[in-house]
Amino acid sequence: MTSGAMPHDSGPHGPEPYDLVVVGGGPAGVAGALTAALAGLRVALVDSGPRLGGQYFRHPAVPGRAAGLDRFLRQARALDARADVLLRHQVWAASREPDGDLLIHCATRHAAAPTRYAATPTPNPSATLRDAGAMRRDGGAMREQAGATHRDAAAAAGGAAGAGREERAVVLRARRLLIATGAHDRPLPFPGWDLPGVLTAGGAQALLKGGGVVAGRRIVVSGTGPFLLPVASGLAGAGARVLGVYEANGGLGLARHPLLALGKAGEVAGYAAALARHRVPYRTRQAVVAAHGEREVEAVTVARLDRDWNVTATHVVECDTLAVGYGFVPQIELGTQLGCQTRHDVDGSPVLTVDATLRTTVPGVWAAGEPVGVGGWRLAELEGRLAGRAIAADARTAGIHGTARTFRTAGTAATSGIASTADTSGIASTADTSGIASTADTSGIAGALPTVDAEPSGAPATSGVPATGADVGGARAAGAGVGGGGVVAVVPPVFARRRERWRAFGEALQRAYPVKPGWQGWLRDDTLVCRCEEVPLARVREAQALGATDARSVKLLARPGMGWCQGRICGYAVSCLAGEQPQPPRRPIAQPVTLGALASLAAPDDHPAH
Amino acid sequence: MSDVIVVGAGVVGAACAYYAARAGLDVTVIDRGPVAGGTTGSGEGNVLVSDKEPGPELELAVLSNRLWRSLAELGGFEFEPKGGLVVAETEEVQRQLTELAGKQGVEHTLVPAQELRSFEPHLAEGLAGGVYYPQDAQVQPMLAAATLLRHGADSFGHGTLRLRLGATVTGFLRSGDRVTGVRTTQGDVLGDAVVNAAGTWGGEVAALAGAHLPVLPRRGFILVTEPLREPLIRHKVYTAAYVTNVASDSAGLETSAVVEGTPAGTVLIGASRERVGFDRTTSVPVLARLAEQAVALFPALRDVRAIRSYCGFRPYCPDHLPVIGADPRVPGLYHACGHEGAGIGLAPATGHLLAQLLAGERPDLDLHPFRPDRFPAAEEAA
Amino acid sequence: MTFHITVDGRPVPVVPGQTIGAALHAAGVRSWRTTRFGGRPRGLFCGIGVCFDCLISVNGRPPERACLLEAEPGDEVSTA
Repeated sequence: MTSGAMPHDSGPHGPEPYDLVVVGGGPAGVAGALTAALAGLRVALVDSGPRLGGQYFRHPAVPGRAAGLDRFLRQARALDARADVLLRHQVWAASREPDGDLLIHCATRHAAAPTRYAATPTPNPSATLRDAGAMRRDGGAMREQAGATHRDAAAAAGGAAGAGREERAVVLRARRLLIATGAHDRPLPFPGWDLPGVLTAGGAQALLKGGGVVAGRRIVVSGTGPFLLPVASGLAGAGARVLGVYEANGGLGLARHPLLALGKAGEVAGYAAALARHRVPYRTRQAVVAAHGEREVEAVTVARLDRDWNVTATHVVECDTLAVGYGFVPQIELGTQLGCQTRHDVDGSPVLTVDATLRTTVPGVWAAGEPVGVGGWRLAELEGRLAGRAIAADARTAGIHGTARTFRTAGTAATSGIASTADTSGIASTADTSGIASTADTSGIAGALPTVDAEPSGAPATSGVPATGADVGGARAAGAGVGGGGVVAVVPPVFARRRERWRAFGEALQRAYPVKPGWQGWLRDDTLVCRCEEVPLARVREAQALGATDARSVKLLARPGMGWCQGRICGYAVSCLAGEQPQPPRRPIAQPVTLGALASLAAPDDHPAH
Repeated sequence: MSDVIVVGAGVVGAACAYYAARAGLDVTVIDRGPVAGGTTGSGEGNVLVSDKEPGPELELAVLSNRLWRSLAELGGFEFEPKGGLVVAETEEVQRQLTELAGKQGVEHTLVPAQELRSFEPHLAEGLAGGVYYPQDAQVQPMLAAATLLRHGADSFGHGTLRLRLGATVTGFLRSGDRVTGVRTTQGDVLGDAVVNAAGTWGGEVAALAGAHLPVLPRRGFILVTEPLREPLIRHKVYTAAYVTNVASDSAGLETSAVVEGTPAGTVLIGASRERVGFDRTTSVPVLARLAEQAVALFPALRDVRAIRSYCGFRPYCPDHLPVIGADPRVPGLYHACGHEGAGIGLAPATGHLLAQLLAGERPDLDLHPFRPDRFPAAEEAA
Repeated sequence: MTFHITVDGRPVPVVPGQTIGAALHAAGVRSWRTTRFGGRPRGLFCGIGVCFDCLISVNGRPPERACLLEAEPGDEVSTA
């Protein structure tokens, strides 16, 4: 499509909205943004880091070699040529305007960023932005990799780099949003876990991948899940002495690692070989239950655990560094800010509910990768591509009608089980949907729908979502075809099948590596549960005795989760201690933002209408 | 069987229960959620005399202020008698503030422009002056509510205060006209009197008993900053516009700067008022305005980061007065709700007066202005 | 190709693109602030900008996350 056909926007923020803003520059975000950009959409991608890559493809300024990295970097380069890539921008909120557009609120200290971005109305979306020209010179990831630092570029652009940079608010206006914000480590508290030298497994990995720094000399790795393997292999390979990998679950050991059953023999063999090469012991049903030291960690207590993670025996291991991880917490607050429905994933994490096209329950908002369920980078990238296609299809439809928005009330379409034709009318009534993707036949789609829990009728079984893509497939398979387009081809069967397989894989891993309740017995009364507000277990228990019957009221009474990290680190543990599943986050401010930057959004003519 | 059932475990319900138990009554407190899970958990903890126009609410506030000070001696929650500073942007506003302070008859000090910074060193330049109210204070409202319930249960013996959390009141039990208890999702609870301390949801509880009580939600947002190493702000500081906003009837958005530090090191920034039902959707423009006003008052806040915001729903009555007392339309039903933004501050006086009523004593203050049947029956949400 | 930043007056080498946190860790400095209630030492924990344990003031600016902030030549930080 040509982008010049979009109607002029008359909202308070003036300029044309982007067809798509993607938040998150990892595999899902880059794939989604690139897919949409290649389809002709005007796309912006925002990431807080200095380079694209997210956690998995985190790489130093001069990238080395790593599995899949070359391919990712090619994608990133292609994206940089076709979209606005805004690095070092923290997204702190997403909101809906009265006219239906989405506003993506960012804060940045990055030099030379204009205060407001919008897509250029020129037909070529890859052309230099009128407003953001300076930004593009220093914000492009690839240019940095070509050797220019952002400071040089900023200086060239006349930006105010260096000390004293003030944080500025940047607002992106968008027709559509793709949430690709990834996940972070899920730690559990234990005595001494706040000693310097104790890092999350992802933290140790990030140091290594991003900064080329090995976290310590004598390192213990502990927790649960397959992620411990690459972390330990990486550290050992980089020269650290890894004293042991202590896996709290899985009594079977590496030889019968669940990854094997899931067709990942090669991966396991690789890690097993690496660990063997460096003489790293891999112990199951064991975990670090305490860290000791004065100013830094000097030793850890390793415990043998029973099936529920109660301690049965302990011994002490001297070390200077501990890397711990107990799974991941998907970052979904932008979705919950916009009212997206959530569900609990297999491991209890709240994740965004999406249909087969990765559309959330809120119009115009898609999500891909870990925010819809932890499943690893391959799945994330695939979902990014799927979402990109679906978004391109939506934009194409909107181009015809002059508006991108088909406001649907979540839930209404789901009532009829299979036929959500009302839900899809905006798409399906449009003739001009061919050419978006291969026009695969619809029965193929239906066949590719998840078969787990599928009803005998073949109705889609995407977890009760008022699914668009899936429902379209279902409706068509049932002979209720609407219109003549090939919109269902948004999800090519091969993609759908692969996604289902990998999703199932991710869920199987979550099932194989649960967090068992015995960890609560590792805590002492004075063990900090909340690192930010320094709340020990005893205060949590006091709050419960005072009538705090859920995690939220524990937080109100005892302050765990009230501090800097807003419960990202301790939230899971506090929920467990309160005896409930983790609730979807209520974080209207997803990242700290200076009052100065926030105040700058309150222009005199910008007073709210309500 | 209790003497009194209190519906609502917020700060007002907790105060009612505490004083009733102290008066020797058996009390059961029922809440559909946890302790302090409603508006109490979204408040700043204001205990103010400064923002009240002369009249019955100010009398209530003065009584309550005294009671908070003695409750604070119980321990278990933060009570900061830090005083409030109302600042004026212009000479004209300073004249109005001075006049109001004279009529209020509460302890205060007029602060000329050149002395403002001896009260608040980081205040912006160019302000016209202010009035300092030493009685203004701040409590941590959630802990205060929980502590009052705990003390009520601990200190007056014999299990006189019971807590039933997670039970939603679904109806009233009656004997003839008279209320004899409540139906809940966890079974019936019998009691000789029922106190409606359901805050913003007080109208719904009253409706279950067939009584009209026009309590409406008036939304407010609060911004919370990162914790600061050094306290930047010593008192509760607000602009004169706050006083007029509190008293306004507008459904539209009104904001005024209310800024204060907390013992945790954070700075709380309010206040906004708008009547939009129970919509929790965060409004970036409102947050932006709050930030703008706070930075205008304290320029040093410009580089301080907001890390959190939350909203709450003040229980608003059309005449801005709370509802306190027996409901003549429903024998056995009492109300203690509708305190709008002043519920934390007014809770002890409300509980104290209501306990006097329940115990058959003459209340220390005339409750006529707060009577439940003062609203025209036909009046509906504007 | 490396440059230096100053940590408590001492030069610490930095590979371009490294964060302040990575540079400090590489130099063996693993804590650089204390908590406000218990005075507990803190440094990197999550390493990816989530936990805020690694807050550090660079060149006298308000504290930022050391794990996210790229070091620049001449940056001065204090671990006091």
